[in-house]
This record gives sequence, C-alpha cells and structure tokens, in this order.
Amino acid sequence: MSENTQDALPCWGPHDVGGRAAGPVDRSEHDTAQWEWQIDAMVRLLLQKGVLSDFAELRDGIEKLTPEDYERLGYYERWAAAVAYALIDKGVIAEDELRATVESLKEGRSAAGGAGAA
Amino acid sequence: MTSDHPHDPGHDHDHARTFQPDLSEPTSDAALIGVALRRLMIERGVYSAEEERATIERMAGANPGNGARIVARAWSDPAFKERLLADGAEAIKELGYDLSPLEFTVLENTDRLHNVVVCTLCSCYPRALLGQSPAWYKSKNYRARVVREPRAVLAEFGVALADDVEVRVHDSTAELRYMILPQRPAGTEGLDEADLAALVTRDSLIGTQRDLTPKDPAAR
Repeated sequence: MSENTQDALPCWGPHDVGGRAAGPVDRSEHDTAQWEWQIDAMVRLLLQKGVLSDFAELRDGIEKLTPEDYERLGYYERWAAAVAYALIDKGVIAEDELRATVESLKEGRSAAGGAGAA
Repeated sequence: MTSDHPHDPGHDHDHARTFQPDLSEPTSDAALIGVALRRLMIERGVYSAEEERATIERMAGANPGNGARIVARAWSDPAFKERLLADGAEAIKELGYDLSPLEFTVLENTDRLHNVVVCTLCSCYPRALLGQSPAWYKSKNYRARVVREPRAVLAEFGVALADDVEVRVHDSTAELRYMILPQRPAGTEGLDEADLAALVTRDSLIGTQRDLTPKDPAAR
C-alpha cells in the first residue's frame, strides 16, 4: 500500500505508530540476551518493591523520547532509558551517579581489552 | 489430561526460523545505562542478584505451551470453551493461570473470521501464557501496518485469506491482553489434550498463522 494519508496528521508521540506507513515486517527471531533479561527483571522487581508505582510511569519515559531516539534505540534500550528517567525523576538515583557508573563500566570494558567482562 | 505428558508443548515452536544476531554483550551507551542501573540497584540492596535470578528464571520459563494447553482444553471441552470466550481471565484460573489484575480476552477464529493481535503503542502481550514476545511483535513495522493493512501483513506471514473472511485486529492495552483461539485442524478427533496442544504454535495464538497442521503420526 502506498497511500499514507494518516501521515499528514501530526505526530502525538513517537510510540503512536498505529496506521503509519512502514516497511515489511522482519520476521526473524531474536533470542533475549542476558542484559535484556536483566532489564526486564529490573522493571518487574522495581514494580514489585513499589519503587515504581505502575507501568504507566515507565511508558511515560518511553513516550517522552524524541522520535529520533525512539527509532534509534532497541526495545530494551528504550526500557532502560525509561527506568533511568523514572528513577532520576523520583530522586531514587542522581543523574550524576548514573553517568559516573556508566563511565566506570566503559573504563572496565576498555581495560579488559574490549572483551565484554560482565 | 496434560499433567504427565512427557513432552513440553511449545518447547520447539518456530525454531526452524533464522535468528537475528545475538547481542549477548551490551555495547551501546543506551544498553550500558541499563547495566549501570542494575549495578546501582543491586549495590543499594533495592533488590538482590538472587531475586533477579529467580525473576529471570520465572519469566524465561513461560512459553507458548501454556497458551497451547488452554486451546487444547477449549477444543476438547465445549463447556470450557464457552466459559473461556465469555471471561478468559476467569476461565484460565481452572488451569492454574492467573493474570489478574489484567483482563484477558480470547477471540475465536471461524471459517468466516480471522483475528489478529497487536499492541500499537508498545508491546503488551500475554507473556505468562506465550512467553517473550517475538521481536517482530514489538517492531514499528508490524505495529504500524497491521491495523491499516492487515491482509497485506498477514500475507507476509504466509496467511492467505479469502475475500469472504473478515479480519479483526485487536489492539492490546496495559489492562487488557488478547489471545486467539485457532481453529482445530481436521483429522485430530482422536488426539488427547497433550497431543492437541503440541499442534498449537505461538503465531497461531497471536493470529499471524491461521491453519494448524496435524503432525504425521508416524513421525511421533
């Protein structure tokens, strides 16, 4: 189908893709990587512990992504971004300490010669 | 009954397909944010590595065999099927599945009706019954197009629908999950529930597959 009349409408959020023009569906399968399971488990546990009140809080972080970031990030990367947004917003963690932790992870990786020590 | 069958229905669904590249190690900055958050949460004792392990184990244990078992029961027990279609969330409690507080609706395919499920806004999916959703279910292309040109998308999945078959697309929400009750294949009259469940694929529960094929009895 080539008509995309609905694309003439404004974009209310990068997540609201229903009805937009898009390409063929890539049907290949994808095994969930360990780090993806860990993000998944983190979301579950933070909900279970009441650190996050509900999924809506997380979706909010995803829906605030710029369209560019929404496209660029993978599925669990978007979830990670949303958890970060929510935890910083709630004051559970500080943005600075998250940045510092990411930097130390990167340093650890380059020190290990790029081999991914978990 | 399904309690003591030796095989695990659903364990081998769709394995014949190609796999997208394995991202076993997070490399992107965005993924490292996730790794960093995890480290902070565990260091602070918000949750423990052991709780994480148990959670992953539980999530990874869910697979389409659960949905298949529900379908097999519905095919075998008309009264159960009636309860399932009337109130899915309540009926599946009989088989030990509890999705509450979510609503759960089962949609029946017929000769004249085909149902397919999507979550246009995100990725809502009955994971407790179907396991992890496939990558394509979460992809923009599927979410964008299946509500607009379902027949074209279904054709990409190999589903050829006659013109007189109506298509209904069901958009999941955070509060409501869907599953399809596919049509029971012909020639399966003698099968017990465990063997019936083994015929049911993940994609048939989402609606991106329509026809199920009875397995060659000689191959079992």
